[in-house]
This record gives sequence, C-alpha cells and structure tokens, in this order.
Amino acid sequence: MLEITDQPISLEPLVSAVKRSSSGAVATFLGVVREQTRGRQVRYLEYEAYREMAILKMREIADEIRRKWEVDEIAMAHRVGRLQIGDASVAIAISAPHRREALAACVYAIDRLKEVVPIWKKEVWTDGEEWVGPGTCEHH
Amino acid sequence: MNIRVRCFAAVREIVGVGELVVDLPEGSTLIQLISRLQCQFPRLQALTGSLLFSVNREYASTDKKLAAGDEVALIPPVSGGIDA
Repeated sequence: MLEITDQPISLEPLVSAVKRSSSGAVATFLGVVREQTRGRQVRYLEYEAYREMAILKMREIADEIRRKWEVDEIAMAHRVGRLQIGDASVAIAISAPHRREALAACVYAIDRLKEVVPIWKKEVWTDGEEWVGPGTCEHH
Repeated sequence: MNIRVRCFAAVREIVGVGELVVDLPEGSTLIQLISRLQCQFPRLQALTGSLLFSVNREYASTDKKLAAGDEVALIPPVSGGIDA
C-alpha cells in the first residue's frame, strides 16, 4: 500500500487498509502544507516526484521497518502536483499488535521518507517561486 | 553508449527537459557524465555540489561505472514529506 498520487489524500482509507485482526494499534501521520511566513505570500506549492524511484524507496523503508519492529501492515501515500496551504501532502498508517511498535515505526517512516524519497516541492508566491531544499526551510 | 538522464525540480528547469539521452564512450563513469552535462548546461555547475545521483533508481557515488541503457537521475536536495 505505497502510493504516489495527484489526488487528495487522507488517513481514513489508509487506516482501513492496514487494520488486521491482530492489530491492537494503528499509528498514523499526516503531513500538511503549512504557510511559511517569510514575508512572501504563497499562492500554491508544486510537488514533483521521481515516481519510479520514490516507490522503490518507500518499499525499502517498509522493509527496514519490518526488520526493526513487529508490525502488521504499512501504508504510505504521497501527493504530487499542485497543493494549497492546508492540503495533506503525505499520509502514513502502520498497524501492529502493540502501540509501541506502531508509533515507533510511524516516526521512523516519516523521518526516513524525508531523507531518501526523491520528491521535491516548489513554493510559488505572488512575486516569484523557489524550490525548497533542506537548507532553506526550518527543521525541528 | 546511450545513457538516459532524468532531471527533476531545479535541475529540470536548468536543463529545460525532464529527460535526455547522452552518448558516452564505453566504460564511462558517472563523474564523466556529470562533467559532460556541466559543459552543456553551465548553470548546473552551481548546483552540482548539492546534487545526489542515482543509477537505475539506486543512489550511486560518482565513481560508478555506467553501462549502455542505464538510467541516471540528478537528484537535488529532497524536500518531500512536510516542513517539520
């Protein structure tokens, strides 16, 4: 259940898809496009993916998770194309017998996704545009 | 030998297309492909220090030897997921 789509994404379908009778927990993450107030008015964001490699990398991340924790199912969806502030850009749902593994796997999934999955975003303002890289936005 | 080169984001905007074919001598390495692209597209030079590269959808170091039909991608710093 790894997907790159230009359609709106949400958590509910992913949660339904990963639940198993053995699952005592489903941990989820939703990444949302936020407004970075640096004095510029953002009109929209444009997400672009190297689709074939992005899916491969998402699959590798899922394999890494299975080697580290006992989980049932893993679902990840990333949206590409034009997104507005407030839209969901990435959604992850991971089911497991116990909550500790589900939650740990979910944190790992988004951290790894941001490191290795070839997806880029561009901010388009009223007076210009810029590809956002790791060095050009705040990281917490 | 023909090497397929995929370009994305800032690289695509400099090169002007998302995909091009580069003809290189047999036995060429990734660094030689990069040099060729830098000559052809001088504005790439400013980016090269921050680029990663993939060969056939696996991240690769610049000394990787290329084979006919390989797919290389120039990968600017990724920004998928969300901001924080």
